[in-house]
Amino acid sequence: MANGPTASERFLNGILPENPVYRQLLGMCPVLAVTAAMLPALTMAAATAFVLISANGIISLIRGQLRPHLRILVFTLTIATFVTIADRFLAAYLYEMSKVLGPYVPLIIVNCLIISRCEICASKQSVRVAVADAVGMSLGFTLALTSIATVREILGSGSWLGIRVLPEAWPNWGIMVLPPGAFLVLGLLLAAVEWWGQWRAQRMDYAVAPAMRGQQAQATGEGMEEANSWKA
Amino acid sequence: MTRKTKILGYLQQAWLVLVLACAYGGALAGVQISLSPRIAENRRQETYRIIPQLVPGAEQEQTVELSISDRHGNPARVYQTRDAEGQPNGWVVPAKGPGFADDIGLLIGLDPPLNKITGMYVLDQRETPGLGDFIRDADFQRQFRGKAADTPIEAVKADPGEQQITVLSGATVSSSSVCEIVNTALANLREPLLQEWARASAGADPRDEAEAAW
Repeated sequence: MANGPTASERFLNGILPENPVYRQLLGMCPVLAVTAAMLPALTMAAATAFVLISANGIISLIRGQLRPHLRILVFTLTIATFVTIADRFLAAYLYEMSKVLGPYVPLIIVNCLIISRCEICASKQSVRVAVADAVGMSLGFTLALTSIATVREILGSGSWLGIRVLPEAWPNWGIMVLPPGAFLVLGLLLAAVEWWGQWRAQRMDYAVAPAMRGQQAQATGEGMEEANSWKA
Repeated sequence: MTRKTKILGYLQQAWLVLVLACAYGGALAGVQISLSPRIAENRRQETYRIIPQLVPGAEQEQTVELSISDRHGNPARVYQTRDAEGQPNGWVVPAKGPGFADDIGLLIGLDPPLNKITGMYVLDQRETPGLGDFIRDADFQRQFRGKAADTPIEAVKADPGEQQITVLSGATVSSSSVCEIVNTALANLREPLLQEWARASAGADPRDEAEAAW
């Protein structure tokens, strides 16, 4: 296998270019369920980050000993352990928040983001790369959860992180704190990110194209061929 | 292939899973041992906060915790609530039983002679979000208020009678489970609580006993 992206490239990829929610559409359950307000969204993001980073680190440490047909079992075992630790920790130190999140904390076990990072990255890369990847993905996941929660809490409750930001006269949009609001906001933000990505890609094309044309003008037939094969 | 080489083959394949399972099990046991007192304390504080809602006129600070045995001889912890003058005015009984997904933990408020249920609160639940977790609704829990404590409560789909409650649509199993947990707890604790109450009325203060026991 080729070396693939370096640690810092993987770290950056996780935040936007391969954002787990907006680009990979993974982990939709917490994205829809706990984003009615900022505080539960942040707690969920932190718990997921803890599980993802720990699981990626451990899997990368033992990657040499993994048997192909038993690897999924090892992934699940590792993830479930860290989820249980996160769940107990929340119940002990953030009791109220653990009641608000309820079954969604144990449900981190089935967040495909985590097992996909174990499979794609941690089981093949060094600990440094795997942890960088996990931190980047966690930041991307946090960014996604908090962006949705920001829209929903401000429009639905007129506040952000529990602090009043809209005037008292603001009529709270009830739908925003209900499940349909989650789908609406996710859809709209997804469209916005996609639109922004395409706009950026287009602009990059324009920026690169003239230079390419200049090269092509100078290039011989052989050079053209080379440029084409590189493009393919 | 002999049996011995077969077993060795299995071990060669699965040793990592076995070692990890033991290590993770140990780690989880450690986490559980170190955090469970804190979690129990959190639950107890929530119980105390809820007590005035479950027994009208109960004072949080006056509540006394009693360790009794239910009719099967199993230890049980109950709260004897008191009014501002320190007079016993009811019971709060923690109860636990199987729900749809996981155990449901309840608090049941009762009047002193165990005639009526004065309140019910869902302390702990992991029911399906959006369906079974409707048992947390105050409207659902209010249905238990005023029900007789000596006859089992039934869950029905519509038109609830005297000793019946309406199940929530989409949460049939969870609602019925809550009824079942309340019924079981009351049946198991009825006699011991009445004995305790008779003793309290006869003048013995369980608080003195508790102090004496220390």
